[in-house]
Amino acid sequence: MSEMMKSINLAKLGKFREFGLLGFIVLLSIVIQLLNPAFLSPGNLTDLIKNTAILSILALGMMLVLITRGIDLSIGATLALSGMIAALTVRAYPDLHPLLAILIGIVVGVVCGAVLGLLVSKVGILPIIASLGLMNAFRGMTYWVSGREWVSAYQMSDSFKHIATSSILGINTLVFIAIIIFIFFNYFVNNTVTGRQIYALGSNPDSAKISGINSDRIYMLVYTLMGGLSGLAGVLWVSKFASAQGNTGSGYELTVIAACILGGVSINGGVGKVTGVLLGAVLLGVLDNGLPLINVSPFWQMGIEGAIILIAVLFNTIVKKTVERNNLLRRVI
Amino acid sequence: MKRWKLVSLLMVFVLTILAACGQETGSGESSEGNTSDGGGEAVTRHAIVFKSTGNPFGEKLMEGFENAIEEVEGEAILRAPEQPTVEGQIQIIEELISQQVASITIAANDYDGLEPVLKKAINKGIKVISVDSAVNGDSRMVHVNQADPEAIGRIQIQATSEMIGGKGQIAVLSATSQASNQNLWIEWMKKELEKPEYDKMELVEVAYGDDLRDKSVSETEALLQSYPDLKAIIAPTTVGIAAASKVITDKGLQGEVVVTGLGLPSEMAEYIENGVSPWMYLWNPIDLGYLAGRTADALVEEQITGAEGDTFEAGDLGSYEVVKTEDGTEVLLGDPFEFNKDNIDEWKDVY
Repeated sequence: MSEMMKSINLAKLGKFREFGLLGFIVLLSIVIQLLNPAFLSPGNLTDLIKNTAILSILALGMMLVLITRGIDLSIGATLALSGMIAALTVRAYPDLHPLLAILIGIVVGVVCGAVLGLLVSKVGILPIIASLGLMNAFRGMTYWVSGREWVSAYQMSDSFKHIATSSILGINTLVFIAIIIFIFFNYFVNNTVTGRQIYALGSNPDSAKISGINSDRIYMLVYTLMGGLSGLAGVLWVSKFASAQGNTGSGYELTVIAACILGGVSINGGVGKVTGVLLGAVLLGVLDNGLPLINVSPFWQMGIEGAIILIAVLFNTIVKKTVERNNLLRRVI
Repeated sequence: MKRWKLVSLLMVFVLTILAACGQETGSGESSEGNTSDGGGEAVTRHAIVFKSTGNPFGEKLMEGFENAIEEVEGEAILRAPEQPTVEGQIQIIEELISQQVASITIAANDYDGLEPVLKKAINKGIKVISVDSAVNGDSRMVHVNQADPEAIGRIQIQATSEMIGGKGQIAVLSATSQASNQNLWIEWMKKELEKPEYDKMELVEVAYGDDLRDKSVSETEALLQSYPDLKAIIAPTTVGIAAASKVITDKGLQGEVVVTGLGLPSEMAEYIENGVSPWMYLWNPIDLGYLAGRTADALVEEQITGAEGDTFEAGDLGSYEVVKTEDGTEVLLGDPFEFNKDNIDEWKDVY
């Protein structure tokens, strides 16, 4: 009985949080719009969505990792390494088909992710430590393969740069890819056995193992998937900005984790929804796009972003505590 | 399970080694040491020590230095450590001292760290100058500086005014808000803008892209949205100028909004060729090396002592004067070098 009550409350909480987040985004948009009417113009909204596409792709991957009680700090470096290798390949073979360049990036990312997956699942190293080590290793490899040089716009073929500027069915390719990945994830985590097993493993690893879930397989899967998405994001990043540097995406992993936490994913595992994460990414996108528009001093800009993340986390904790207390009260009765 | 552990550990090990190797071998070819002994009586030997090997900027700097030394019929010794470390430079300077070169020109890896070895060189009668990246005033006779902040700031406003016909809104896209170089240049830009000829130009905003691609792009987009009549963006930083140019290119605003500033020719080649940036600036490493070579020669020939007010002829570049700075004295190369459609092809592969 109490189990049922708890699950109902959790469901309510999940919904409430998402509506709260959506409301917050709407409120923020109104404030920005009042201060600068250019914000809700079609041109600016297109910019906003395009700039949020890569973040949301990565945030969806990170969500699965966080749900299993893990964390991946190496994705910024994986992004740089796969973007750099793709760019170097394009520089050497300008006639390379852009799809092949994307594939190269994904393969590099999958390999990086699989190494981390192995370290976490088979060797049993804590994810935060394993990914921290690999972050440095991948970053070093990026400098090594590039010889510390940048790959610049003129060294990339037009077809490669067009990945980010072209459109499919009237939608910018970056956004299109993000939508496809969103639909896939929504189906995967809600409707497949493996998807549900990820949540089960995150909410209670011990009982998940006892109930026959192959935890190693799940860990391998989430980290490899994260790696593959980082690889894809790396190629899109390089194509979007038409430049590959060794320090690309340095520190970006924290932005991605922030998007997840804003979206209601719990660092303690087991909790997180695809739509929430998407809203979290959109909120950060609105902040990145809107704060420059309202002429906030650069010193305040970071502070405001940080404050909003803190408010979201505090809100999460308070709501959760209230629900738990209510549950305890019910049990007494 | 055990085997997996072993394999995984090995993989981490290999990765770490690879990464470490990357740091060591990334710099490419070894230093071009011209260490011929003997015959030192007839020709004067001038040495230059750059930060590390395989740096395209450094190669060009040393090329300029060599040109200058050959013109005065000296012998140039070009050296650089494999890694950009102080230790590597100290070792090379020790060698040069024992070779009794006439002068040492150093692009330092550390402002203070080379003081003992350079003082030793000065005590042995070797002339010591720094170039590109300075050492402290006590360990050099004079510094050859590429960048006169005033000239850099002013020239960007002059260029912008020429590009947009002297009227319209302009914005600056800088690196971080604390970047001291950029802030100093922007101060000079504002001073230049006070002149009456720029009355019709208005600096609407200084935005900060933090030298990050994504942030620089967002800031550029915000500038375009907030100021639909914006005529020019000045970005005195490589990532900023390239990101701004990319946004203008993607939005098809060529000709409506011009971009100029300071940037690496390789990063900007695309946008100079497509006309988004009619021209932009950076220092010319060959000229800088050449001026360093001429300064070294002037010191050795005792035309100057490195004191404030000394003047000397630097070959093709004309006459230069030694000026005082906060720490020691320096020679300023002068206006930055202009990169445009006509010369970008030869520079884009250089650095």
